[in-house]
Amino acid sequence: MNPNLNPNLNLWVIPILPLAGAAINGFLGKKASRAGVTAVALFFSGAAFAWALVVAARFSSLSLPYHEFFAHWIRSGGFSADFAFYLDQLSLVMLLVVTGIGFLIHVYSVGYMWDDPSYYRFFSYLNLFMFFMLTLVLAGNYLQMFIGWEGVGLASYLLIGFWFTKDSAASAGKKAFIVNRIGDFGFLIALFLLIKHFGSLNFDQVFGAVVPLPVETADAGLLTAIGILLMVGACGKSAQIPLYVWLPDAMEGPTPVSALIHAATMVTAGVYMVSRSHVIFERAPLALTVVAIIGTLTAFFAATIGIAQTDIKKVLAYSTISQLGYMFMACGVGAFSAGIFHLMTHAFFKGLLFLGAGSVIHAVGGEQDMRKMGGLKSFIPVTFGTMLIATLAIAGVPPLAGFWSKDEILWKAYQVSPVYWGIGVVTAFITSFYMFRLLYMTFFGDYCGAQVDAHGHSSHGHDAHGHGEPHESPMVMLVPLMILALLSLVGGFVGWGNHFEHFLAPVFGAGETAGEAATSITEWLLMGVSIIAAASGWILAYLLYCKRPELPQKITDSLGSFYVTVVHKYYIDELYAVLFVKPLIDGSMRILWQDVDRKTIDAAVNDAGDGARHVSDEVRHMQSGNIRSYAGWISAGAGVVIAFMIWMWMEAR
Amino acid sequence: MVPSYVPLSYYLLLSGFLFACGVVGFLIKRNIITIFMSIELMLNGVNLSFVAFAAHWHALAGQVFVFFVMVVAAAEAAVGLAIIISVYRTRETLNVDQVNLLKL
Repeated sequence: MNPNLNPNLNLWVIPILPLAGAAINGFLGKKASRAGVTAVALFFSGAAFAWALVVAARFSSLSLPYHEFFAHWIRSGGFSADFAFYLDQLSLVMLLVVTGIGFLIHVYSVGYMWDDPSYYRFFSYLNLFMFFMLTLVLAGNYLQMFIGWEGVGLASYLLIGFWFTKDSAASAGKKAFIVNRIGDFGFLIALFLLIKHFGSLNFDQVFGAVVPLPVETADAGLLTAIGILLMVGACGKSAQIPLYVWLPDAMEGPTPVSALIHAATMVTAGVYMVSRSHVIFERAPLALTVVAIIGTLTAFFAATIGIAQTDIKKVLAYSTISQLGYMFMACGVGAFSAGIFHLMTHAFFKGLLFLGAGSVIHAVGGEQDMRKMGGLKSFIPVTFGTMLIATLAIAGVPPLAGFWSKDEILWKAYQVSPVYWGIGVVTAFITSFYMFRLLYMTFFGDYCGAQVDAHGHSSHGHDAHGHGEPHESPMVMLVPLMILALLSLVGGFVGWGNHFEHFLAPVFGAGETAGEAATSITEWLLMGVSIIAAASGWILAYLLYCKRPELPQKITDSLGSFYVTVVHKYYIDELYAVLFVKPLIDGSMRILWQDVDRKTIDAAVNDAGDGARHVSDEVRHMQSGNIRSYAGWISAGAGVVIAFMIWMWMEAR
Repeated sequence: MVPSYVPLSYYLLLSGFLFACGVVGFLIKRNIITIFMSIELMLNGVNLSFVAFAAHWHALAGQVFVFFVMVVAAAEAAVGLAIIISVYRTRETLNVDQVNLLKL
């Protein structure tokens, strides 16, 4: 624990590098050439990745957790919060995922955004996002984490509304920001509780104070409250029920943004935060149960919505929500390392899926509706190949990355309650189904993109390509796809023999690994079930969308109103609009604006002004210009004063 | 020294009477010079009460104050008469009821 034993890693450089890139591109990029902007953006994000790799290389020689003090920030009485960095196995994983995937997506964006007139602005925001995300994962206290937390929200807002001239993009950005505020409210209250009861926000001090506390089994107390409030924050950032509604709309942003922020990194911040606070959650079983239930429900619920979506990015968005639900399910059953494992593999394959979807959208000239795609396999073979790998990975087909992490979660969930496991397996089946549905609708069958022009979706900055034949993306976009495909293929093997879990064990404690050898037959059985689930989802999608493409229409017809409900995402947006948005707007307009502001506050001010005017209108006649009348007033006043004094004297007697 | 057989209240009554005369004169007279003289009367009424109290309490401050009042009254008379002359030059009247340009 003695910081003197550790070499100075200069962790502060890692977030500062992208910040410098953001500043340079933001302030100077407008005048610079595209090549210059590209060089700055790639250099600074790449340098951050390189530094992270250097840190990783020296990792084994460190005594953990590694602390780095950067600067004083707040010192007030016994409370202090500094700019300090904290590195342990958990933050290292996050660090590598954020910088690595971040860099790949920067490279990809060069190709994807090349024709955009605000090229420099995009990279400035993207670098800014990297800065805040790295601040979040490297933070040494909750307050600094909160800065990163809010900062990624800001970057997310800026990037969702990147094409702000489009009304839907601007309002999607606002929606994301406002929904996140609700979550942040919970997070903030949790921080206040931490300060009030532990007098600190530093991870070491808080966790040190929490560890001796008893587990709150009998009745919910302080830790349960903190845990649930933290989970409220995580629900906002990581798009869980009931705050998930912003993420599908966030797909209005450019596709690399969806890949980086709304799939691979930012939305997993909630999982990271919950895992980081595992000491608190482990002592609050009720909070853990809440996490598990929210995660399980979200996983299932979002997956069912994903079945009926026709926008390729919306499918992936609901898939992301669903997969995040898996991660929270893992956290909720106490299997934090499984959650982080899935976070990592998910970053690989979901980042790849989004980038692949971007490549598809690029190929067909900005179209996002899968019904207007089809048959793209032969036009864009590389994209198809990488997408296939990612789909296999997310569906949970062994031995790809998603299989290992998802299976780990399901196994841990089974140990706590077979109900979680059952819903998880059904969700895995649905996941496999809608992902292969996406694959078949997009890449198989006949290309039906002829009528694209009539549709209004093509305003995504790719109009310059025109239509004609769908075409493969440039190499600068394909190379990141291939690297991510490779990671999706082999990334799961770090979990082989519980290596990943053992790696994270110093953070989460060794308790989780107990009792696994005894029930290994069950584990194999459960693994078999989840493979069957994945395979049957695949087969069903194959039958419906490849073999008999006319069948889905019949099925949807027979389902009738239920299908319509699913297509409309269970009318959750509409429900929220009626329950919260409309009362809020009406209340603001009628009560706060008309009644309170105009009829009370404004009226009070105006009446005071009018009253003063009317009174003075009468009183001004006293100023007659007649000296004797002035003298009369003075005498009358003096008389009143004297009379008053005499009265006082009489009273006092 | 005030003879002991004249009580303080006599002085105060006289002082109040003089002051009241000044006030009444101020209120009912229209000629500025008469009004001015009424003010002097009020000042001297007050002066009388000052010296009376000073003698009664054997305190010197009242006497000193009277000198101040006299000095100020002299200065006021100089300035006031100058103003009256200039008012007469411009308005050609000393009736205060006609000197009312300041009214709203």
